[in-house]
Amino acid sequence: MQFTIEIGRYNPEGTYAERAVQGECFPPPWDKAPPKHYQTYTVELPEHAVVLDALIAIREYQDESVAVRCACRSAICGSCAMWVNGHAHLACKSKLTEFTKDGKTRVESPPSMPVIRDLVCDMTTFWGKHFKVNPWLDAKKPEPGPMEEYRVPNAAMEELIQEVSCISCGACLMDCESFAVNPDFLGPQALAQAYRYVGDPRDSKTRDRLGEYSGPGGIWDCTHCYECVTQCPKGVDPLEQILKIRRLAVDAGFTNNPGTRHADAFATSVKHSGRLNELTLLPKSVGLFNVFGQLKTLPSAINMIRAGKLPPIIHKSIPGVSRIKAIFDRLGGRFK
Amino acid sequence: MKVAFYPGCVSKGACPELYVSAKAIAEPLGLQLEELTEAPCTGAGVLSEQNPELADSLNGLTLAMAEAKDADLMTICSTCQGVLSGVSYHLAKDEKRLEKVNATIGDQGFGLRYSGKTKVKHLLWMLFEDIGLERVRAAIKYKLTGLKIAPFYGCYILRPNEQLGLNERPERKTYLEQLIALLGAEPVEYRGSTKCCGFPMLTFNRDKSLSMAGNHIIEAKDKGADLLVTPCPLCHLNLDGQQPDAARVLKTTIDVPIFHLPQLLGLAFGYSPKELRLDHHVVPTKGALEKIELKV
Repeated sequence: MQFTIEIGRYNPEGTYAERAVQGECFPPPWDKAPPKHYQTYTVELPEHAVVLDALIAIREYQDESVAVRCACRSAICGSCAMWVNGHAHLACKSKLTEFTKDGKTRVESPPSMPVIRDLVCDMTTFWGKHFKVNPWLDAKKPEPGPMEEYRVPNAAMEELIQEVSCISCGACLMDCESFAVNPDFLGPQALAQAYRYVGDPRDSKTRDRLGEYSGPGGIWDCTHCYECVTQCPKGVDPLEQILKIRRLAVDAGFTNNPGTRHADAFATSVKHSGRLNELTLLPKSVGLFNVFGQLKTLPSAINMIRAGKLPPIIHKSIPGVSRIKAIFDRLGGRFK
Repeated sequence: MKVAFYPGCVSKGACPELYVSAKAIAEPLGLQLEELTEAPCTGAGVLSEQNPELADSLNGLTLAMAEAKDADLMTICSTCQGVLSGVSYHLAKDEKRLEKVNATIGDQGFGLRYSGKTKVKHLLWMLFEDIGLERVRAAIKYKLTGLKIAPFYGCYILRPNEQLGLNERPERKTYLEQLIALLGAEPVEYRGSTKCCGFPMLTFNRDKSLSMAGNHIIEAKDKGADLLVTPCPLCHLNLDGQQPDAARVLKTTIDVPIFHLPQLLGLAFGYSPKELRLDHHVVPTKGALEKIELKV
């Protein structure tokens, strides 16, 4: 079968083939990423071929100047994550027939990361985040002797299969919407790894970890958009792991943050009226004594009032709310 | 067609224009809305992330209420859709989880039981899958020709694939574009259409949340959009309600009106902008409406 591949070319020298067409600037927040030159190649490959097969064929037989990073070709090493048609995927796992849109497949380095050359992006930021969560076991004492095993129940490790499946390809971070506007956010991959150690019964630093991940740039800076769940090629579901850490952190008492206040205000409102009370949610989440924070929300509140969008001052309950309250009493846990 | 109508908290709170316009367009679409007045809030993902068992029961109760009406459940909010789709997906797959829900709601004297069969569908999906485009086309009295409209879906109607049935029906990811074209307007293609508006982070990290909202609107505006349309009132709160503040954070001016999906349909069905409460937006809708010779 014949496939048309459009490769986003970039090199620091700024020299491109004549037939390479300069692309548009990326929209914000990536507007500082250098515009690429798109060069089109045609390759003959079997129907089952993947994007990486095409890239290797191009590099081997048509244009040796194309830079591409790859190793295992089997979705194990995580080297070949890149943008395929505008989303992060492993080139070795993306079938060309599935990724052909309007007769072509566009492949490029993601604008969310600095580009080194062509399809090779700089992963320094990614690895920095990975190491920031201390992704290693800090074993409980006493440690087993040199000839002994550290035994844990099977079930405890089965819980961590998803997190252990991470191959650190970076696809989740490349498409992470919080990271796009907040470079300090630890990001989905690092936080999924964080849960891999938080959830490990052998680790001795669980509490320290939870405290650290609850700070700025941590679990509460995730916007809950599910991009990481969609893009992860290994089914790690990073968002689900972030939510597990949130639950554990709150249970461990790390509650002095807007995220916990938001959840508490939300639950109180639903418990007492069956509905969300928008009028009290925002001030309670910001913190009633956080004068600076409250002032920041004031202009928007005034705009909403002027547009006639003020939620009703008297917050009405839904009919039969006592039964909703009874469900909270039974299952509410900390929301009882 | 009878549907169990779940309006969601925001359409009854900070976005009353959504509730009014959704009720208005029901008749021309042949929808008989049986509102679930006793159904609780979905928890918008906040309750399920902190306490999945509690969220299962609250939403299981809502699904049981719809089942008792012998109708599919219709949402008008991407977030409600995402949470209810998620719970209905898990309860259909996991009998034990379903049994727990039934034990809880059974004990509260609702006289309800959930069998696990309620279909949860956003109005946007119903237009294509249940009401039918023929009926929509027949209801159009006023083509929106001349308007360039940027779709903005909202995360929870697009992700995760499995819970929303998008593997079986990938076309759901293109319904807004198709609908905009059907109403006579031109859909604007831009990256932000499937991105996050930042609302879930508004109270945690305000400036970053507003940058997200602002960036997407600016991108749509740069591509020529006269307005954005969204099936999610939470996105509307960030994109419209917070737009002046987003512009301040990004040190620019934006001024792009944001329409709710039923408002856009309502205009095409011949309702006046006032009937659809298009005068109750933070960002004035006047400019966009004048382009199609309508006045607020």
